[in-house]
Amino acid sequence: MGGSLLVLSIVVPIVGLLLAFAAGGRQAERIALATMPIGLAMAAAIAVTIRQAGGPLVYLLGAWAPPLGVALRADGPSAVMMAITAVVVCAIGIFARADFATPAGAAEARAPLAFWILLLAVWGALNTVFLGGDLFTLYVALELLTFAAVPLVSLDGRAETLRAALRYLLFALLGSVLYLAGTALLYGSWGTLDIVLLSRLVRAEPATIVAVALMTVGLLAKTALFPLHIWLPPAHAGAPAAGSAVLSALVVKGSFFIAVRLWFDVMPALPGPTAAQVIGALGAAAILFGSIVALRQERLKLLIAYSTLAQIGTLFLMFPLAYDAAATQLESGGALTGGMLQAVSHATAKAAMFMAAGLIYEALGHDRMAGLAGIARVLPIALVAFTLAGVALIGVPPSGAYVAKSLLLRAADGTAQWWWAVVIQAGGPLTSSYVLLVLAHALVPTRKPITPCAPVPRIREAAALSLALISLLLGLFPWRAYLPVSPEALSSPITLDALLSSLWSILVGGLIAILMGRCDIPLAGVPGGVISLADRARRAVFVVTSRVMRVDGALRQWPIAVLALLTVAICFGAAMLAAR
Amino acid sequence: MSATVFGLCGAVVAGFGLYGLITEPHPLRKILSFNLLGAGVFLFFGVVARRGAAAGFGGDPVPQALVITGMVVAFAATALAAALLLRLFSVAGTATLSDANTNSTGDDSTDP
Repeated sequence: MGGSLLVLSIVVPIVGLLLAFAAGGRQAERIALATMPIGLAMAAAIAVTIRQAGGPLVYLLGAWAPPLGVALRADGPSAVMMAITAVVVCAIGIFARADFATPAGAAEARAPLAFWILLLAVWGALNTVFLGGDLFTLYVALELLTFAAVPLVSLDGRAETLRAALRYLLFALLGSVLYLAGTALLYGSWGTLDIVLLSRLVRAEPATIVAVALMTVGLLAKTALFPLHIWLPPAHAGAPAAGSAVLSALVVKGSFFIAVRLWFDVMPALPGPTAAQVIGALGAAAILFGSIVALRQERLKLLIAYSTLAQIGTLFLMFPLAYDAAATQLESGGALTGGMLQAVSHATAKAAMFMAAGLIYEALGHDRMAGLAGIARVLPIALVAFTLAGVALIGVPPSGAYVAKSLLLRAADGTAQWWWAVVIQAGGPLTSSYVLLVLAHALVPTRKPITPCAPVPRIREAAALSLALISLLLGLFPWRAYLPVSPEALSSPITLDALLSSLWSILVGGLIAILMGRCDIPLAGVPGGVISLADRARRAVFVVTSRVMRVDGALRQWPIAVLALLTVAICFGAAMLAAR
Repeated sequence: MSATVFGLCGAVVAGFGLYGLITEPHPLRKILSFNLLGAGVFLFFGVVARRGAAAGFGGDPVPQALVITGMVVAFAATALAAALLLRLFSVAGTATLSDANTNSTGDDSTDP
């Protein structure tokens, strides 16, 4: 019973996709929307079944057991990711109806058909990623995910989005070839690619280490971890709002999830302390770098895209924190739970943010930061959704990000790695700085009223708001049934201290925004002395952030990006060889 | 012996592909380089199949099944990339990847 659910959860989106493709234009939307509740119900059923069974669900395809056959496996983390994917896909479906509808009487267009098919394809591919029990199945799932995600970027068919899509595709293909080379090496060494069988066999031999380094760096290229983010900003900012939400909330989580599988499930003992520190350092660099560049953006969608870059960095902090020096391996414990919770809350919050930004774009006809004044009066609910999503990401209790942060801090404390605690604590203020910058621009008092270009239906605002609320309340969910975490680590989520500390991080974030952000806001009623003092500080900081912007421009050059990728691969290989 | 030769050939072909991906600015040449890189990796799968043939078989069939899947995926990827490139060419009139006019790094000249 449980096993067939796993097959169904892959088959249902794909059947929907095929039906939509065959039925065409007008029917595609209806079929996609009909598939969504079924998929959501199945994700919920899998979560419930896992909870009752108390262990992973396994389905052997054709009843052939590995190593000859291929297994589908659903454990706690896959159930969590599948459930959140289903929720986000449903919200995006509701949101996208206005953008990609084919009204009666209107001619059928290519973009709506493509969008609904691709949305179902992303969903099916993600479910395969979460369920695949074999490294080669995961490779195929990863490729399906990329092929479904790339056209979402260029749905509008403009030259710049086509360019962004092509860049994304080529860089992602480089990543997947490296992953494939890694699977060849692993199969050559151990004769199986099944995750469970490999985890029993694998030892730190040079060929295996090269394989893991190649696979890891391939996955990081697809996840766009700094400095491999060449494709992310133009792709995530150029796609239509619903597409951006899919790409930013869900697609990058697919390759992240496989990286987690590889490091935690296949070979927890192999990476060693140095490689874990390297991957964490890339994450820390991504947080700092992404936040600074986000603050300098002129356009709202680019700001959110760079904020995704920073949040991806946060996901990778769990790798060094999960390393247990006594057992010399990565432990699936509180740190892993923290990382997965961060992924889940980022998925919901970032989808809400991109939806709100899409509504703002639609109402104003642009998304320039300098022109956001007065939007609060036109789109109050969208702005509230954006703010709540931001608040959830900052880590205000009881959000999922807050629980994630406290779990990661606890792990940093337990493993005596204070430097990661500093990075985690810095994440809150940096996140709040760009959220506050957007709010400051949106809340500037303005005399001339805005007349929206197009009316925005309430249901679209509601879709964004509900995702933001889900992210904000994720901390209250009983995660212990699904994720490995000790009961005392998940203590009561709301304490006065926690609220005070998030208030503190918002205040610091405000200061950072004032120092580093683009300032197009007229300041009335502020004493001149304060302004001139702030101006002097801003000028000094401006020099630094301009350097960072130039580095970003350089890193997004193709040759430098590929060389950075090879360098990261060599670093991982060297670190793992040294740990042997 | 022949397995070693094929393995080395695979490495050389993959190296050419990687070099092309880094140095060639034109997207079409990048697509071709990706195919070279892929071909190198596929050759390597062939070597792996040969190595597993100790039990009296001519070759381990599993890597061959994997490599066929890999080829199908690479073929689909090439088709998608070529379609995007053709569309880009028909929309923009050129087919370059550099986004000079869509510079998203923001404007460095604005002073606070």
